[in-house]
Amino acid sequence: MKYQSQKVAKPYFIAALALFFGQIVFGLIAGLQYLHGTFLFPELPFDVAHMSHTNLLIVWLLMAFMGAAYFIVPEEAQTELYSPRLALVTFWVFLTAATLTIVAYLFVPYSHLAAITGNAALPTMGRGYLEQPLPTKIGIVLVALSLLFNVTMTLIKGRKTSINLILVGSLWGLALLFLPAFYFPTDTVKASFGWWWIVHGWVEGDWELILGALLGFILIKMTGVDREIVEKWLYIIVAMTLISGLIGIGHHYYYTGAPSYWIWLGSIFSALEPIPFILLIGFSFKMLMQRRREHPNKAAMLWALGTPVMAFLGAGLWGFMITLAPAQYYMHGTNFTAAHGHLAFFGAYAMISLSIISYAMPLLRGRTANSSAAQRWEMTGFWIMVLSMLGIALALTGAGIVTVILQRAADDPMGFMQVQDKARVFFWVREFAGVGFFIGLLVYLRSFFIAGEYEYASEMKQALAV
Amino acid sequence: MHTETSVDSAQPLPGDFAIWIFIFAELAVFGVLFAAYAFARSAHVDLFNVSQLTLNRTYGFANTLVLVTSSYFVARATQSIKAGRGTACGNWLAGALVLGGMFLVLKLVEFHQDFAQGITLSTNLFYMFYLALTFFHFMHVVMGMVILAVVTYKAYAGRYSAANHTGVETGGSYWHMVDLVWIILFALVYVIH
Repeated sequence: MKYQSQKVAKPYFIAALALFFGQIVFGLIAGLQYLHGTFLFPELPFDVAHMSHTNLLIVWLLMAFMGAAYFIVPEEAQTELYSPRLALVTFWVFLTAATLTIVAYLFVPYSHLAAITGNAALPTMGRGYLEQPLPTKIGIVLVALSLLFNVTMTLIKGRKTSINLILVGSLWGLALLFLPAFYFPTDTVKASFGWWWIVHGWVEGDWELILGALLGFILIKMTGVDREIVEKWLYIIVAMTLISGLIGIGHHYYYTGAPSYWIWLGSIFSALEPIPFILLIGFSFKMLMQRRREHPNKAAMLWALGTPVMAFLGAGLWGFMITLAPAQYYMHGTNFTAAHGHLAFFGAYAMISLSIISYAMPLLRGRTANSSAAQRWEMTGFWIMVLSMLGIALALTGAGIVTVILQRAADDPMGFMQVQDKARVFFWVREFAGVGFFIGLLVYLRSFFIAGEYEYASEMKQALAV
Repeated sequence: MHTETSVDSAQPLPGDFAIWIFIFAELAVFGVLFAAYAFARSAHVDLFNVSQLTLNRTYGFANTLVLVTSSYFVARATQSIKAGRGTACGNWLAGALVLGGMFLVLKLVEFHQDFAQGITLSTNLFYMFYLALTFFHFMHVVMGMVILAVVTYKAYAGRYSAANHTGVETGGSYWHMVDLVWIILFALVYVIH
């Protein structure tokens, strides 16, 4: 770790992992409530478990991205962070706001929460992923502004690299794209537009650029491949993301009351959205094959290679399945979407977050790589989580197929709850896979508590002895 | 580390290799759009034929001539810099920029006429494709002009030579792609019945 101020990333990463743990606990509860609807009712009804699960996801990913920015920007810019103190203060503000918000979800009835937090003055509550009360939303904006100020000032005074420019630029994009959260018209078509500007704009646009920048940074550091080569790949990936994703937002406009030309424009452009993910796979494996060093952090390399593959499967493949208008006509809002959402969010954004944490945390703790034992635990956690998430996606896909056949495409459609009943076996498989994922997470977290750094001497001896 | 240069005769594609990845990507996207147009047309042949007749082929043909000439100018610019004549190169590129500007003006006039007649993306499927395709192409002409403007400036500033003019070939290649896309677009959307 080259610059002392990079260590402000550590609390962000720790909080990210703690919130990730919380996210999965709520996920298991919500998943069980699919099968036993009154589980924990009325103390913790499904809607509260659900929004705690999704909100914790977003917050832990944002924590991870911010930690990544505080770690990467100084190193790339070759100068200390503008204000480490501001970064730490911002951390505590963000963590406190996030914690209070989840506590509020759990202990205050939602409508009462809206009443006491000024929702009447400027209505923003009530939409998926945007359930936060107005003060929390304002807090998110302030936290984002603090991050942007800090990293931008650092970038201005230091070396400008492609990684830095893409990362800081897309963090600006992340903040700006959050602003539609304050736009909540009564016209449901317009409200839908605004919602997707945030959600699609983030996960199928801006965050892909963040992913590219983070992956590029990790690969430069770990493989020793020429920066210029990595940068050229990144520019192409960024270009294809924007070419496909900007108009590709139309794949959310087919059946929401928007003009019908979106059926064509959305289908054509969103069909191209898997391309950047294919390029990311090519990019990461090509850099691996051209590597000039054997970095001792094997676990981080595994995360860096696994991320593009899982991201392609979840975002690219599963996304493509539901993106064309004629297909989406039948599949819209079914468990196909849930399967895609889970595999894509984990494969792309959870995994790139865990990748940067895997690379940076040892450095933040004073070593290049963790001990082989710790890495083995970490890599085992990786595999259990990856395989479990694939299980979740397959199970939800099964449920989606049941819905499409019985409820959407049938000549004599069944009602929603009847069909949910028919899909129970898939919801059981999903829950088991979820428990598997949770075990994988525990194994992964255990790796942080295995002491010791990479045993260069004995590993070298072993390698030479073969 | 420098990748390929245009002086190296083993390199088949002129200019920076990265722009060719971008060019192929753009051609692929336009190709998909053209294929979608053909697919849509096959299901609505009469509608497309009738609506197509309302397009102003004079403007379309003029724009084709303008772009083809601008590509010729770009080719002459590359020729000039290969002979070491930086100012001449800049002049040819400036000429290409003027023609590019003419294309934009002509296209804007055409768009204005369309909107004045009440034609929008929602009018019918043909007009949706016509407006979307020509608008996307318009934006690529703008991008091409930005690239050419940078190259023109550098040419006048003496930053290129006979031995080192990758930028001219890189920008020129992109411009040729924009021209090629228009030629196909004009034939497909304006002409082919």
